[in-house]
Amino acid sequence: MKLELNVNGEVRHADVRPAELLLDVLRENFGLTGAKPGCRNGDCGACTVTVDGWPMKSCLMLAVEAAGKAVQTVEGLGGTPEQTAFVEKFAFQCGYCTPGFIMNVHALRRIHPQADEAAVRDWLQSNICRCSGYEEIREAVECVLRSRPPADNEP
Amino acid sequence: MEAIGRSVPKKESFDKVAGSAMYTADRIEPRTLHARLTISPFAHARIAAVDASEARRSPGVRAVLTGDASDVLIGEEIRDRPVIARDRVRYNGEIVAVVVADTEAEAMRAANLIRVRYEPLPVVNDPVEALRPSAPILHEKLAEYQKGEGVVSIPGTNVASIIRVLKGDMDRGWAESETIVENRVSFAPSDHAAMETRSASAEIRPDGHVIIETSTQVPFAVKKFMARYFGIDPGWIVVRTPFVGGGYGGKTAIQLEAVAYLASRAVGGRKVKLVNTREEDMLTSPVRIGLDATVRLGSTRDGKIRAAQIVYRFDGGAYNDKSSDVARAAAADCSGPYGIEHLHCECLTVYTNHTFPAAFRGYGHSELTFAMERAIDALADELKMDPWELRMRNAAVPGDTAPTRDRLTPSNLGDIRTCLNRVRSLAEWDDWQVRQVNEHTVRAKGIACFWKNSSMDTDATSGAILLFNSDGSVNLVTGVVEIGTGTKTVLAQMVAERLRMSVDRVHVKFTVDTLDTPEHWKTVASRGTFLAGRAALKAADDAIRQLKSIAAVVLRADPDDLELAHDKVFVRADPAVQIAVKDICYGYKYPNGNAIGGQIVGRGYYTQRRMNPLNPATGEGTPGPEWNVGAQAVEIEMDTRDCSYRLVKAISVNDAGKVLNPKGALGQVTGAMAMGLSYASREAFYYTDNGTVLNPTLRDFTLLRFGENPEYVVEFIENPCLDAPFGARAMGEHGLIAMPAALASAVSRAAGVRLNRLPLFPETVWRAKNGGIG
Ligand code: FES
Ligand code: FES
Repeated sequence: MKLELNVNGEVRHADVRPAELLLDVLRENFGLTGAKPGCRNGDCGACTVTVDGWPMKSCLMLAVEAAGKAVQTVEGLGGTPEQTAFVEKFAFQCGYCTPGFIMNVHALRRIHPQADEAAVRDWLQSNICRCSGYEEIREAVECVLRSRPPADNEP
Repeated sequence: MEAIGRSVPKKESFDKVAGSAMYTADRIEPRTLHARLTISPFAHARIAAVDASEARRSPGVRAVLTGDASDVLIGEEIRDRPVIARDRVRYNGEIVAVVVADTEAEAMRAANLIRVRYEPLPVVNDPVEALRPSAPILHEKLAEYQKGEGVVSIPGTNVASIIRVLKGDMDRGWAESETIVENRVSFAPSDHAAMETRSASAEIRPDGHVIIETSTQVPFAVKKFMARYFGIDPGWIVVRTPFVGGGYGGKTAIQLEAVAYLASRAVGGRKVKLVNTREEDMLTSPVRIGLDATVRLGSTRDGKIRAAQIVYRFDGGAYNDKSSDVARAAAADCSGPYGIEHLHCECLTVYTNHTFPAAFRGYGHSELTFAMERAIDALADELKMDPWELRMRNAAVPGDTAPTRDRLTPSNLGDIRTCLNRVRSLAEWDDWQVRQVNEHTVRAKGIACFWKNSSMDTDATSGAILLFNSDGSVNLVTGVVEIGTGTKTVLAQMVAERLRMSVDRVHVKFTVDTLDTPEHWKTVASRGTFLAGRAALKAADDAIRQLKSIAAVVLRADPDDLELAHDKVFVRADPAVQIAVKDICYGYKYPNGNAIGGQIVGRGYYTQRRMNPLNPATGEGTPGPEWNVGAQAVEIEMDTRDCSYRLVKAISVNDAGKVLNPKGALGQVTGAMAMGLSYASREAFYYTDNGTVLNPTLRDFTLLRFGENPEYVVEFIENPCLDAPFGARAMGEHGLIAMPAALASAVSRAAGVRLNRLPLFPETVWRAKNGGIG
């Protein structure tokens, strides 16, 4: 079936099976391989993208469900504070989990700019990093949430 | 300008955060065909019939392969494994058929249409069972298999390999012992669970070149073994590996490459790509080895260990692959970092109906360490001695010998005593006894020490090439695979330091392509910085020599009078006489147009000195270059009602020799600590009585997640290894090694019961405490 998707602010067309996952359409049809398969079962978070600004495991969403919504992948970010913080804090090793974490944190910053420790933990538990001990990721998230202009920081 | 000792961010950082770093399965090409597997639902069964007729008729299918596609047996130490099972399956997950189709979905649909009739056979479900005289024999043809050097099997049994390591005189050792303890530990196989599942593609070009792209830590070994297995001259095989999404030893076995090759051969050489699902990655592809071990220690009343008798029964899985070599590495270092004069180790690697193991971070060392450290804790209990004190009294020092009878020196042995002293203070060990926090909560600490030598082939070699660009910058090409350890950045730092230039001007080639990349034996054993580092430094020296010789002509000076720094070559005694590197690194052009020289290409290689294999009957040999050490501690808080516990603090003091990239080193160590804690607290495969795996997904094979980690305290001491570049000791695996033992020590103390089985689920602890078995 023919599908029109809005990905990273661009209108994209694809001819897909109705059962196709968003993850596979992003990767196979659009070459957006920043979204990674790690389990295709919702367990690892490596495939996380945002849909209308909310983090979404793209292995748990059919491509057709994303029609009419704004999909963003790591390729569409282009130098956000999350990306800089992950580099500065050494928040990855093999980097395979990184796009998923970054998309999750990106959405977190938009939706819960004042997220406290418990909220951060809640959100980030949906992603697995097998290389790091999570400490550098925590530092990167903290740096992203805390580095906004001071006025925004007030409750 | 100094490059060494600085936290240089990984060279690939921006690619990785932008999602543009490419991993093997990220190559998407319309012309590629896709393969999917049919795997065995039984752990042990005869294959009575395979009916692929329906699958062959399924839309998009180009080929279906079953066991008769090839009679080649593969395996690194023992060639005992068919690429696709023939007649019989020996583990749950073993490949029974392969479907090649236009799309992955079509291949998957057809793979589900393959009808296999199995006749289940009795199962060997752990290494102890495997050794019973009544156990089914899994490899009747063990005597006939081709074996690697030093592999001694016992045909007619399930013993794939037996190794003995003997030192001193056991009778004397026991005679000198006033206290003797015996302790037994066990743990089942578990998974590496790299976030990138394994994948490979193969293509046979019309001219005969075989092109393999694979997610591996060992592209050069893939080339070597594929050549050997399939009778192809190595020059016709090209292996490419881009970024790898985590390895931890799991991507060292050759498996999918051979499947993809056979699949490509079946479709006229077209490119076939095979990507593991998570379930296949856990069931079908290699796992981490399991162990059942007994350690008997004899000591004087004041805690000097005089004798150690060790028996390892390694769960070598259905096929040997590298398991007997992992076991060998454990046997070679079986004493742990302690000077024990009288030693006897018997190391068995046995066949079971479990997935075959590959290397796992630590290569046998977290296994041997768990067995030894738990025994030392038992001895400390028996002697009523502070477990720290007992370790300190027995710590190996230069002058002692290793179990292999190698003499230990200040260079080949890290400084275990200083590590222990630092851990004592960081862990506030003085109050090491269990502390009651409130009615139902206690805090407890555990410590453990480790050492690790790096097992490698005695002729393992590494090479490096430096190519200059016309702007005076250089491109560094090495065969190290970037699996996340940041090794290629560290190598760039070394080159920058030696060439006295900015590390920003050292460009790194990440993809390994065996066609144009100098060989690096394997990206394993934390050997990247050592072997490739020495090679890269030699390449830099080679380039410096060439730069000076052309500068000598231009500057009309003796090359020995010249220095290189800050992108210039100049006369040492008169720096004003100088020429920019960019003006000579592509040759020099005189004002009148005449030219001399050409592009500077530096090259270097390194092979470890004086290595020889372990004698399997005595354990004598020099299988590795140096023993790197550390001491670790864990603190936990336990709810005594249900034995649930929280990881409070984990401490590691490693002898780093020299820290080359502080933040990078910290990440390596904390990452390894997390993996060790995760493994020890929650990771294991659960087998049914029939040997099938109950938890082959990341939903029920749980890994440590964000926020479950403890506070990490990491400290490095710097006692240089004289052979290593800048004195730096191996680092990538070492943070993991003693974590399981330290955690078990802390949890045992908190629960008041000696725990010797992993993983330490609260329920397991609760059962042990309440009279069951730990
Ligand atoms: S691939 Fe989507 S959560 Fe793992
Ligand atoms: S960096 Fe490798 S899994 Fe997170």
